[in-house]
Amino acid sequence: MNASILNEFRSIVGDRGLVSSLEERHTYECDGLTNFRVLPCAVLLPTSIEQVQSILRLCHREKIPFVARGAGTGLSGGALPVENGIVLSLARMNRILEVDIPNARVTVEPGVINLDVTSRVQPHEYFYAPDPSSQSVCSIGGNVAENAGGAHCLKYGFTTTHVIGLEVVLPDGSLVHLGGKTLDTPGYDLAGVFVGSEGTLGVATKIILRIVKRPECVRTLLAAFPSTNEAGAAVSGIIAAGMLPAAIEMMDHLAIQAAEAAVHANYPDCGGLLLVELDGPLAEVEALLAHVDEICRSNGAWEIRVAQSDAERALVWKGRKAAFAAMGRISPNYIVQDGVIPRTALPRVMSEIARLSKENALRVANVFHAGDGNLHPLVLYDRRIAGQEEAALALSMKILELCLAAGGSITGEHGVGEEKKCMMAKMFAEPDLATMQRVRCAFDPLQLSNPTKVFPTPRLCGEKPGEYISHALESAGLAERF
Amino acid sequence: MDAAAQSASPVLSAAFRDKLAALLGTDQIRPASPADAIFGVQPHLILEPATEQQLATALHFANEAGLAVIPRGGGTKVAWGNPPSRADLILSAARLNRIIEHAWADLTVTVEAGCTMQTLQQTLAQHGQRLALDPLWPEKATVGGILSTNDSGALRLRFGSLRDLIIGVTIALPDGKLATSGGKVVKNVAGYDLPKLVTGALGTLGIITRAVFRLHSVPRYARSYSISTVNAEEAQRLVLAIQDSQLAHAALQSHFSSDASPTSDILFEGTEAGLEAQAVHLRALCRSAQMSEAPPNAWNARQELWSFSDPASTAIAKVSILPTDIVRTIELFRRTAEPHRLRWKSLVYATGLGWLRVEGPAENLHRALSSLRAELEKMGGSFVLLYRPAELSSFDAWGSPGDSLPLMKAIKHQLDPAYTLNPGRFLGGI
Repeated sequence: MNASILNEFRSIVGDRGLVSSLEERHTYECDGLTNFRVLPCAVLLPTSIEQVQSILRLCHREKIPFVARGAGTGLSGGALPVENGIVLSLARMNRILEVDIPNARVTVEPGVINLDVTSRVQPHEYFYAPDPSSQSVCSIGGNVAENAGGAHCLKYGFTTTHVIGLEVVLPDGSLVHLGGKTLDTPGYDLAGVFVGSEGTLGVATKIILRIVKRPECVRTLLAAFPSTNEAGAAVSGIIAAGMLPAAIEMMDHLAIQAAEAAVHANYPDCGGLLLVELDGPLAEVEALLAHVDEICRSNGAWEIRVAQSDAERALVWKGRKAAFAAMGRISPNYIVQDGVIPRTALPRVMSEIARLSKENALRVANVFHAGDGNLHPLVLYDRRIAGQEEAALALSMKILELCLAAGGSITGEHGVGEEKKCMMAKMFAEPDLATMQRVRCAFDPLQLSNPTKVFPTPRLCGEKPGEYISHALESAGLAERF
Repeated sequence: MDAAAQSASPVLSAAFRDKLAALLGTDQIRPASPADAIFGVQPHLILEPATEQQLATALHFANEAGLAVIPRGGGTKVAWGNPPSRADLILSAARLNRIIEHAWADLTVTVEAGCTMQTLQQTLAQHGQRLALDPLWPEKATVGGILSTNDSGALRLRFGSLRDLIIGVTIALPDGKLATSGGKVVKNVAGYDLPKLVTGALGTLGIITRAVFRLHSVPRYARSYSISTVNAEEAQRLVLAIQDSQLAHAALQSHFSSDASPTSDILFEGTEAGLEAQAVHLRALCRSAQMSEAPPNAWNARQELWSFSDPASTAIAKVSILPTDIVRTIELFRRTAEPHRLRWKSLVYATGLGWLRVEGPAENLHRALSSLRAELEKMGGSFVLLYRPAELSSFDAWGSPGDSLPLMKAIKHQLDPAYTLNPGRFLGGI
């Protein structure tokens, strides 16, 4: 990046807000998906909305692409820098601006850590519901970009359910307010469009969240099954009985072994483990818990435990939430995927995954949000063995194809990012992608905001979809395209 | 291009009529009657395509011919929004009414836009399921119309609004393309969330042809109570106390009016034992306020606001405020209505969304509505007019657009550059 532009950036954020040395820039070359790396030209750490606006105005003037970044915990490469671009870290904009308990609203800056919102409202017996496994370190801004989920979104919904208003700096530096503190602000639901847009539509600088009252009681039941098939049948039984638990999680044998090795969650050693959490009024929960117990037993559960204290409950969840990281205990490397299937397709897709695993001689551990059909297959491999990484990547993409064939999605909560953009054309038809592209052009006509992510083949705004425009060399008969 | 700046509609050409005749059967094209006029703007034809592709193609023809299109489902809310600046064709979804797939074990349904809410609910009920939404006039209102107007009722407190229930959508665009986004699974973050974009867009970006929803179980047991309070202060205190409690109620609404003291209704759904325990808890929260079984029509209150006697002297608005502003808002209604000799009735949900009916001479209504909107917007709320007498048709339905209007116009320009769809009817002239 040329020195005069760098100086202009410096004049906006000051010396402390600019990272330009090579060693320090390396810190920002990837997010939680570490197999993609790009070195940013500079990293800027603004502390105010005005600074964000000035930075984006300069980017707009000079046509410099930018990537906004929260805590960098994303698992799809959404915060991966782009070539010749800057990274805009929102980590220093981390104030909780307003806590309004009677209206159940909290207004935050994007750098606020997810769990800090709950900690702040806990004394009033409220909580912020979306709970990605990284909630103790990930930021609300990043959650907004990815529409982060978590185990409890089965009952409580995703980030988008809990974001009712946003202040956004558009890629030309202008400031807009989407949604608001009251519901149904007149006009298009642009807050709904912005959440989950993976940083491609602008940068959120203020977020109005909805918080939820803590339920009177929470019970967590752990059931051990011979295999994931029986556990899956129990899940169907629970749903068919008309219940909506706060969470239904499943782990297979390999995942249980890893979690045990890592955090000693004291899980039963079984082929399929189900974790069902019910919350609500005490009498209601007790009645439903008895019913869940019965459904599990009739589907072959040979051991059922109910966590008796908050400490026991915390330990049960610790094992589940540490499951990805725990893979390090049983494999040098792993790839985590995020496919979604209709719940009913679970047994079929599981046996297909097992077949692929065997064929490719690669172990696959499975952790799911079983209630909503969100699979997290973990493909284990050893990078030191030639060809294994490529084979593991190929296998993980084949699993996503299985999900699509079952009528599902390539991502339930991690986002498309850099990693899965090649899969978008398999999930959506050309007019679908072209329509999304038009929406993108309304927000970002120059395509500066995280430009290379989400969509398979970036097009220029104003370009007609489907129409092929020949290159001047072709028209002149000097070149041919095959 | 602003809709208002456009010239008058061309008369339908013979060439255009020939194209339609080749696309649709004679029974799918009929002349519009005076009853089909919207705020006095008279369309020429009503088209009833039978497939999504037919609908998209008809829309494309209209777009190419520079004609304005009014999408219509059951027609129950076709007068919501501003008068159209032009209206040539009504594109009706009446024949697109199939329930394509009720995947009951996955708690999802895929349905065409012209299916009525009642038909949908009856089908879902065969498996003990429902779309957890209570829109107006379910026997006539269609999925597409309910989505386009973002209509929701009391159940929203527990289950969210359409934005939280819709998981996939297909829309027909003016260029004749059918575009799908979202999917058929409840959890999905691939691509932009366009189901939310078209929910509440009043058909100005594309015509919804099908939608996919997540479903909930029909509760085994439900019980409703009504609680009488002496004034708005007590009603607000009760609502906030219930909201701050650990009760797991599905709905909570309060009635206010110029001639009665407030009452609130609360709905519980769940197991028999659970409901019993919650009733005990509620009784403790009510303190001195009197609690009784709710009347059977309690949850029909929103629709009953539309049972008014004189269409020429009635206005109905949707109001959005913070729950802590209930007293201020009710006081505002009273203060504004009294000097203008207006009668009023209001229903406010615990979410802060409410409905207001005002009755009185049209010229007084005009002044009262302007002042109500100004005051509510100052409080950070909004005031959207849903029904007004013909005399007040030029009174803007939406209110101040805020700083995102240029962005909204940019999206409109991307998806419907010729302002073919419902021109001039949405916020800020869109």
